[in-house]
Amino acid sequence: MPSLELPKLPLGDAIEWFVRWLIKNLSVIFDFVSDVLSAVSGALSDGLLWVHPVILIIIFSIIIWLITNKLTAILSAIGLALVWNMGLWPELVDTLVLVVVGVAIALVIGIPTGILMTRSRKLEGFMRPILDFMQTMPPFVYLIPAAMLFGIGVVPGLFATVIFAIPPPVRLTYLGITQVPLEMKEMSIAFGANDRQVLRKVELPLALPSIMAGVNQCIMLGISMVVIASMIGARGLGEVVLYSLSRLDLSLGFESGLAIVILAMVLDRMSRNVGSGKQTPLSRLIEKYNNYRKQKKEENKEEIEQAA
Amino acid sequence: MTAKIEAKNLVKIYGENTDKALELFNQGLSRSEIIQETGLTVGVAGVNFEIAEGEIFVIIGLSGSGKSTLLRCINGLLMPTSGSLLVDGKAVEELNEEQLRKLRGEEISMVFQHFALLPNRTITDNVAFGLELRGVPYEDRRERAQKALISVGLEEWKDKLPDELSGGMKQRVGLARALVMESGILLMDEPFGALDALIRAEMQEELVSLQREIKKTVVFVTHDLDEALRLGDRIAIMRDGAIEQIGTADEILSEPANDYVDRFIQGVDVSKILDARSISKWPRELVRDTESASVALHRMKKADTDYLFVLGPRYKLVGLVTKEDLLPLAQKREKSFTDVIKEANTVSADTIMRDVYSELRSAEKDLAVVDENGRFLGVITHSVLLMTLDERKGGDGIAES
Repeated sequence: MPSLELPKLPLGDAIEWFVRWLIKNLSVIFDFVSDVLSAVSGALSDGLLWVHPVILIIIFSIIIWLITNKLTAILSAIGLALVWNMGLWPELVDTLVLVVVGVAIALVIGIPTGILMTRSRKLEGFMRPILDFMQTMPPFVYLIPAAMLFGIGVVPGLFATVIFAIPPPVRLTYLGITQVPLEMKEMSIAFGANDRQVLRKVELPLALPSIMAGVNQCIMLGISMVVIASMIGARGLGEVVLYSLSRLDLSLGFESGLAIVILAMVLDRMSRNVGSGKQTPLSRLIEKYNNYRKQKKEENKEEIEQAA
Repeated sequence: MTAKIEAKNLVKIYGENTDKALELFNQGLSRSEIIQETGLTVGVAGVNFEIAEGEIFVIIGLSGSGKSTLLRCINGLLMPTSGSLLVDGKAVEELNEEQLRKLRGEEISMVFQHFALLPNRTITDNVAFGLELRGVPYEDRRERAQKALISVGLEEWKDKLPDELSGGMKQRVGLARALVMESGILLMDEPFGALDALIRAEMQEELVSLQREIKKTVVFVTHDLDEALRLGDRIAIMRDGAIEQIGTADEILSEPANDYVDRFIQGVDVSKILDARSISKWPRELVRDTESASVALHRMKKADTDYLFVLGPRYKLVGLVTKEDLLPLAQKREKSFTDVIKEANTVSADTIMRDVYSELRSAEKDLAVVDENGRFLGVITHSVLLMTLDERKGGDGIAES
């Protein structure tokens, strides 16, 4: 029997070689990024933990009330108070910082990438398989190069979170802009708009609901990455979940899991309404302020006219 | 006078690598042959026209005839593949990006079929959009937008969002947005096509009365022939990217250039469109009020008629004289017949045919057609009217279903 065995392609080896090459030659960059990110997230955590939980819960609730409604704010306050009561407040803050910083980086990279994809067919063709790859590769796999590049701690957790959470904002930004009716773009060009004006005044405003859906998805994925990231030493609620898993501590596992759910719900409700055009206390306040200004201006005008 | 807009052998072929398709086009291949050969569509196939300042120029054709493509070549939304399009004598295809933006922002405004109002902006901000792009300060542009809204009768809606308006109102906003730019040229791409019939007629009326004040150069694309005939100072009929005929409504109806145009206009209710002037004929004989009675009688004999229209200086209609009244004068060797001139039945030149018809039925004699200064333009006989109606019979009043 002739052997049909083909030599195995050294795909995995190639990736490993590449990552090792990165570490060897570009470690300066990675160290720098690592230092900056851990400093930023450390400072954020310390700052938030310095404030008393009750004050922080009140501040959060007010912000939530401003951009959503009274009911959501009250429920969020109760949820956050429950986490504090369970003694998981420091972990919650750590997790919140990890999610917020990770999502911020993902959005800063993701939204412009989505915009650029609408401008270049080549880039779109290039990014599509990469996005598929990022979304379907099991997230645990990211932990290995993350740990190799950034060591153990918050930063590799951030790195994995960013990679895992970046596809939705890219895709939904791209989708939102390509779905803007052609007549709208044509109209703005026909009235003399340049590329930047078309983007700023037509495409982005009309794509905003879609982009905000991307932001929301990004936050949700970020939170789901929290537990996984704790495997390489990211602190926070995920760490507690992992700890209780290894001890089979059901009560602690349930409590920490519940804390993650509460955080996820709060962030989801906060990010869901933004850009939907729904009335919120904040939008009403802005409207009132604008009306007040208009009134003031008209009064001024009248005074000037009377004076004249 | 130079033309405001001029197209010279304008060709637009869609797609990339149009060289081969253009070569085939220049060899005289048809549109369908070029699609088969190269896969590219010829949108506009060698078009020439001149549009004068202040004119309403209507481009009409079935869908796919290239009328919207042609319109978009005027403000450079589409660039011609070959040939040239001149606005105020400057070739649009030779402008750079900056000049092109200036042209669009200052010289040419456009109204769209589906309104293209930004749903996230109030009516005022939509109208002010073009000014905003131009960099006009906030207060200034809002003030101008609100003035434009007053001119289209929507000042009470200025703070509403587009979704709260009906279709007709939305298009008024679209019109206000174009008017506020104070540009000389207005491009209208089937602006009333998405409106129902009643609103459409109303908007057409408004456009006509508005045009009397603003006197812009309007290029109006439509597929509705009645609309074209009502609005157009001149009309271009397009088919397969080429212009079949350019002319006034009367010219196109009374002298269709070819079978296609003839078929195209079959459906029109001519009694609504043709006016008295276009169906009038010059009589075989006339008489001047300074001539003698015997001369008049001689002419009547020649023309085999019992009466003649009498003209004064500069073709002014004086009235008519009958054989009965002239015979006694001629026997008495009287020269002048001014004492026996009777009043003639007249219609003004722009009376529509339906009204001419009722006028003619109550008149014994032929109708004299006169312009607003009383100048004689011709006569309408009973037979002319019947013939015209007969020639144009058929159809249900709609050119395209």
